[in-house]
Amino acid sequence: MQKIEAINDFVVKFANINGSGSASANELFARAILRMGVPVSPRNIFPSNIQGLPTWFEVRVTEHGYLGRRGGVDMMVTMNPQTWDQDVREIDPGGYLFYDSSKPIPRARFRDDIHVIGMPVTEICNNAYTDSRERQLLKNIIYIGALTQLLEIDPAEIEKLFGEQYKGKEKLFDANVQALNLGRDYAQQHLKRIALKVERRDAVGDKVFVDGNSAAALGCVYGGATVCAWYPITPSSSVAEAFIRYTQKLRVDPATGQHRYAIVQAEDELASIGMVVGAGWNGARSFTATSGPGISLMTEFIGLAYFAEIPAVVINVQRGGPSTGMPTRTQQADVLACAYASHGDTRHVLLFPEDPYECFEMSAQALDLAERLQTPIFVMSDLDIGMNQRLCRPFAWDESREYDRGKVMTREALDAGTDFGRYLDVDGDGIPYRTYPGTHPTKGGYFTRGSTKNAYAGYSEAGADYVYNMQRLLRKFETAKSLVPLPVLTAAKFPARFAAIFYGSTSPAMHEAIDALAEQGIYINALRIRAFPFQNEIADFIAAHSKVFVLEQNLDGQLTTLLINEAGVSPASLIRVLHYDGTPITARFITQEIAERVSRINVRPLREGMVA
Amino acid sequence: MCVHFVKGWWPEMTYLAKPTLHHPSLTKNRVGFTRRDYEGKISTLCAGCGHDSISAAIIQACWELDVEPHRVAKLSGIGCSSKTPDYFLGNSHGFNTVHGRMPSVLTGAYLANRELIYLGVSGDGDSASIGLGQFAHVMRRGVNMTYIVENNGVYGLTKGQFSATADKGSKSKRGQVNNDAPLDLVTLALVMGATFVGRGFSGDKTQLVPLIKAALAHQGAAVIDVLSPCLAFNNHTGSTKSYDYVREHNEAVNRLDFWPQREEITAEYGEGEVTEVRQHDGSVVRLRKLHADYDPTDRIRAMSYIQEHAARGEVVTGLLYLDVDSADLHEQLGTVDAPLNTLGAAELCPGSAALEQINASLR
Repeated sequence: MQKIEAINDFVVKFANINGSGSASANELFARAILRMGVPVSPRNIFPSNIQGLPTWFEVRVTEHGYLGRRGGVDMMVTMNPQTWDQDVREIDPGGYLFYDSSKPIPRARFRDDIHVIGMPVTEICNNAYTDSRERQLLKNIIYIGALTQLLEIDPAEIEKLFGEQYKGKEKLFDANVQALNLGRDYAQQHLKRIALKVERRDAVGDKVFVDGNSAAALGCVYGGATVCAWYPITPSSSVAEAFIRYTQKLRVDPATGQHRYAIVQAEDELASIGMVVGAGWNGARSFTATSGPGISLMTEFIGLAYFAEIPAVVINVQRGGPSTGMPTRTQQADVLACAYASHGDTRHVLLFPEDPYECFEMSAQALDLAERLQTPIFVMSDLDIGMNQRLCRPFAWDESREYDRGKVMTREALDAGTDFGRYLDVDGDGIPYRTYPGTHPTKGGYFTRGSTKNAYAGYSEAGADYVYNMQRLLRKFETAKSLVPLPVLTAAKFPARFAAIFYGSTSPAMHEAIDALAEQGIYINALRIRAFPFQNEIADFIAAHSKVFVLEQNLDGQLTTLLINEAGVSPASLIRVLHYDGTPITARFITQEIAERVSRINVRPLREGMVA
Repeated sequence: MCVHFVKGWWPEMTYLAKPTLHHPSLTKNRVGFTRRDYEGKISTLCAGCGHDSISAAIIQACWELDVEPHRVAKLSGIGCSSKTPDYFLGNSHGFNTVHGRMPSVLTGAYLANRELIYLGVSGDGDSASIGLGQFAHVMRRGVNMTYIVENNGVYGLTKGQFSATADKGSKSKRGQVNNDAPLDLVTLALVMGATFVGRGFSGDKTQLVPLIKAALAHQGAAVIDVLSPCLAFNNHTGSTKSYDYVREHNEAVNRLDFWPQREEITAEYGEGEVTEVRQHDGSVVRLRKLHADYDPTDRIRAMSYIQEHAARGEVVTGLLYLDVDSADLHEQLGTVDAPLNTLGAAELCPGSAALEQINASLR
């Protein structure tokens, strides 16, 4: 029988039961490999449930640093009898099945083309421990112990991690080390070596291992957000929770113990965005974090903030839609809902982070953009980036960086007799000046409303006033193009006819696919879009190629629609490549889809009697 | 010609400019403003509308309180009442938000700058239906604000539909009978933890002005439900929100005199006639009791008193409840004294060294 052999390049998937403490044990496994200098990319695939339903944890070990989901499983660790059949099916031929052999399993439920490793994990655990909670938690550590032995993971790294986790808790530390060794000893005495192996490398460098939601929260701390109003919703709740954690550490006045921030858990998303709008109106940097259904609820307020021109930052950690959709699965399916949120003619600025590093960067930048442009800014993260720990560049902050508070007219300027028109375009960029409430006893006060107004904020239904305002908003959106992050080009090694456009969490899988396609002789230029509105570079890039694949994690090709609508791109040149089953897009999927389409395109001209 | 009035869409006649010439004899208050400085644009509401009387009471209260007009932020939702902030405090920043959600916007504004005075103006259509949730939660949180509900039991801007505060059995102008139980915002405010609760009547300015002054000075969530008859759609026989009905059924529990903290109390009262309550900020509320058994510091008793009288068709007005130990949201959150909107990068950005430490903890 064939045997998958690999050093530092394989996928281990754990099948567990939700609420059993498995996720922390599996994370420990991933971290230990990371500490050996080998990059890993873990993904928690969990149900919308607290306890009892199936959950999976996938760890990709990748010396090359390919952090996207690869697809396929080299080793399955099955600790959940409920999902046995589907888990066994998923293993690549020649792969390995590690299972709990405490109870006999009929031969028919195995496969002949995989290597089976049975270990009586429950039995070993129950013999060693009597307390039920202890049994539940330490069972996980026992199988991790066995895996370290099988895969040659240095147990010293795990012990170091225990030491960090249980600092000052000797008893817990000892119990965990003991359980780890129970697993190691059994594996050493009873299990055969396998051909998957971790070897120490120096491939991690100074990278950090963090989830995108924590990174976005940290970006809000560094970007100067003082007001956070939120309502719990998966997969965004941990943004606000991380903001609470970081502000408690970083934003408390050392002399008085007072807080340089205010966080309110609102009664719903209608209220959370309302509070953000109120704070933004009054000159504080504010944000909320939400996901699809929250965006639907916030849409009326987003329209108000757009039309009344109030800064607001919305971190949208996208999940599967529509409606409640797939709350614990990932998609990029809110692109259009956010780009055009509200009734009437509206357009909103979107930022697309590729990883936690950009979640940090773009959240901080969004706070600047919101005040510069006086409008809502969306940070379009997703569950794959937001809730999984990802290896990425370390966060950086330039000490000379100032907050851009935008066009704010001061009391001094008003006293000097400066003409103040709240909605007056004084310098052609479409952005008017604003005053903070309470600025001046007799000048600069104005009435904010969602209804139409003239340039001096007076209520007006005159067509000319309305048109002036809408045209100015268009100019402002044009100005936004020069402020949002530029797309990033990855040029092929050789001149390429084909191109690809991608964004957000598709990035690591795409980069891996580009390499894989190049090995097959398919060269593509790839452009990662980082923001909407689209800069001219994007239309130029599309125009320079006969066919452009647009990679998206939604069914409708939402970014493609936006490109056609907003960048004046011919639909004929765009080919949608869509992945929308709720799992993160894989390099294998992209490679296969593009290779297939390229071969089809390459034969068609001959058949149609055209010159290729 | 048929004119359709759509909710939130009644044109405001801003071309009606007010004369800016001030009469030299207009007296100035301690902060140097005349009463005229507290006025706004000319109202576009119907002549005789109760809401305009409330605007006048707000103007009077702010002038007498020596509040600098621009230090007040006035926010509203959607509806006739929510249009009124344009008709007072013309130099203040105002915000006409979305239907029923003034409380959340006001909460955010208040979080951003704790130093301004926040006045929320809403109506029964705005607060008792779509806004019921936000009304309740803004009370729970103790947002330091004055929440004035201009309550007429009817949707005026859309021409006369019942609102949720309309009494069961009351009749619309067209003769329809309301079958739904009424929502009592005063009782709801008491249940939800408002620390200042009053009810007034737009037709009784001597009661209303000190009520507004005391509410503005109160540190915490203050609500005043003001019965404000709608002349156009709800002032007929069979309505329980008409001028006549409210006058006949008004049961004022007390008369209020209010002194800001710095002012000397000058009025004289007979012995046993008044209860003196000192608020958080040192200001003093003096209550001349009209009902001997009414104690405005007893929240539970206040609720039953209001309900007992409501069952008899009576409308209890006055200062209904006052918690002098109120704490506002900023105190609960432990925020810095300086308004959050004045903090800059020096106070907010932890810097690159702290970030390096965070990076190190993530390896």
